[in-house]
Amino acid sequence: MASIAKTAQAGTLESSDVMITVAPGTQGSGIIIELESIVLAQYGEDIKIILEKTVKDQGITDIYIKAVDRGALDCTICARTLAALSRAGAVLKEEII
Amino acid sequence: MKNAIGREIPETISGIAAIKPFAGAFTAVPEMARQAPKVKIIKPTDRKLVDSLVEVFKKIPVTDGMTLSFHHHFRNGDGVVNMVLATAAQLGLKNLTVALSSVFPVHAPIIDHVKNGVVTGLDTNYMSGPVAQAVSKGLFDKPVILRTHGGRGRAIECGQLKIDVAFIAAPAADEYGNLNGVEGPAACGSLGYAFPDAQYADYVVAVTDYLGEYPLSPISIPQTRVDYVVKVECVGDPKGIVSGTTRITKDPVGLKIAETAAKVIQATGLIKNGFAFQTGAGGASLATAAFVRKMMEKDSVVGSFALGGITGYMVDMLESGLFKKLMDVQGFDLEAIRSLSTNPNHLEIGADFYASPFNAGCAVNQLDVVILGATEMDTDFNVNVVTGSDGVIMGGSGGHADAAAGAKVTIIVANLLRGRLPIIVNKVLTATTPGETIDVLVTERGVAVNPLRGDLKEKFLAAGLPVKDIQELKQLAEKIAGAPKAIKTGENIVAVVEYRDGTIIDVVRQVEG
Repeated sequence: MASIAKTAQAGTLESSDVMITVAPGTQGSGIIIELESIVLAQYGEDIKIILEKTVKDQGITDIYIKAVDRGALDCTICARTLAALSRAGAVLKEEII
Repeated sequence: MKNAIGREIPETISGIAAIKPFAGAFTAVPEMARQAPKVKIIKPTDRKLVDSLVEVFKKIPVTDGMTLSFHHHFRNGDGVVNMVLATAAQLGLKNLTVALSSVFPVHAPIIDHVKNGVVTGLDTNYMSGPVAQAVSKGLFDKPVILRTHGGRGRAIECGQLKIDVAFIAAPAADEYGNLNGVEGPAACGSLGYAFPDAQYADYVVAVTDYLGEYPLSPISIPQTRVDYVVKVECVGDPKGIVSGTTRITKDPVGLKIAETAAKVIQATGLIKNGFAFQTGAGGASLATAAFVRKMMEKDSVVGSFALGGITGYMVDMLESGLFKKLMDVQGFDLEAIRSLSTNPNHLEIGADFYASPFNAGCAVNQLDVVILGATEMDTDFNVNVVTGSDGVIMGGSGGHADAAAGAKVTIIVANLLRGRLPIIVNKVLTATTPGETIDVLVTERGVAVNPLRGDLKEKFLAAGLPVKDIQELKQLAEKIAGAPKAIKTGENIVAVVEYRDGTIIDVVRQVEG
């Protein structure tokens, strides 16, 4: 599966959390990331890398991701992204416990 | 050129007289006499009460290029600065310098006065809100001067900050210029930060909305230094001036830091009769006072004094007999005002008495312990309280560098991670307080001791405190959050950060946008 079935969201706008919205990408669109972050200058690149890695690891190649970050750690960003993908109909490779 | 803490300071900065780089906390030696204000005569039939600010401006007269000073006890409820500058604009004045001890969001109209050329210089100890953001983006042609509370007192006393007209926001005044801060609808408590202004300005104008009978008492600023009294409708919004109560944080991380900080203080052995203490009003600082209080009560310790900005919590400690005196340069709540006006052991002191380094001894020199905050600290213990994580100005030293220099033990309390950002960095973006005056960093994950204070480290280890090397704490934070990239700033210097002795400890550069 190269994309997801529908739009979905996970996370909050609380401090130290991130709100992830995922929407299906058109065939061949690639991974499109729109990022807002209170630590954009310090961690913007790191956040994009973890977002990209998380969706790629699920075998998704075409997707639109919007992340509104309030200083979340990598583990939180990863978890929120997986939750959003799951809600969007992606069958995750590992079960989220 | 590099100063003593390795910060790059330009040899010359346009708009700033001779640059002296910071050379060490107690290295600079003063070689001047005190500033003397203009000498005047007031005849027996002269009256000081004036109907409007416009009339005062014409009587003095206020002219282009003058320096007008203001104090910040009205905080975000201040109406006087905006009123006075609107009058200046109305009269077509240009090129004024505003020397306001702290700038708050309510002072946003300054931005338009700068754009219109009414105001061209700013001299302050702290700024937040729209003015601070605009300064960071290059609002002024010449850099803003950021001082400490004690350093501002020093600059006024020593003639480096020459004030033409001081406007004193006076909660209460009589017609002959006696002023206090404890009466009237805009009561704010201590007027301490205005004391140097009143003593050294060429002209002193009291702006009030409450006229009491002559002679007003108590007298904080006396008739002998006040030239004019202007009665206006309203000097400020009490809601922005005082808070009802100051609450102690409920945040579990903040409480853990506070408890550890209290144990650190206990381990220094300084909690004994005569203990002298300063702490801030916010977050973990006030919570530390609560833990220290329990220790004092348990061991029946009676402290000598608490200093600085005074809250109801400190008043309660005074009234419970835990401190013999309060020395108050700024009151934060209604309890502080009530206490100052009724309790002879609650002393009102000026900014100079509080913290000026160039007099015959200021109050911070008598401190045992001070608890302070930080937005960033580097591995050399230098602290930034001026710029935020985006490089934009969001504060200032206030009394930070003064109390740090004076106290026997200076403790920084801070979360190891704020959101995602580690508190400890290789090099702070803006150095405000030099590491040589900072002794201990207390975080929720451990305590770091300045290598200059091996004596303290031994005591803390003996007390079983979680002492860690500052590098180790830094790595711990980066393991959790990742190492942050340094933020980029432009070349244009928007502010110079002056150490309390008048040397330049750092500069603030423009951020993009």
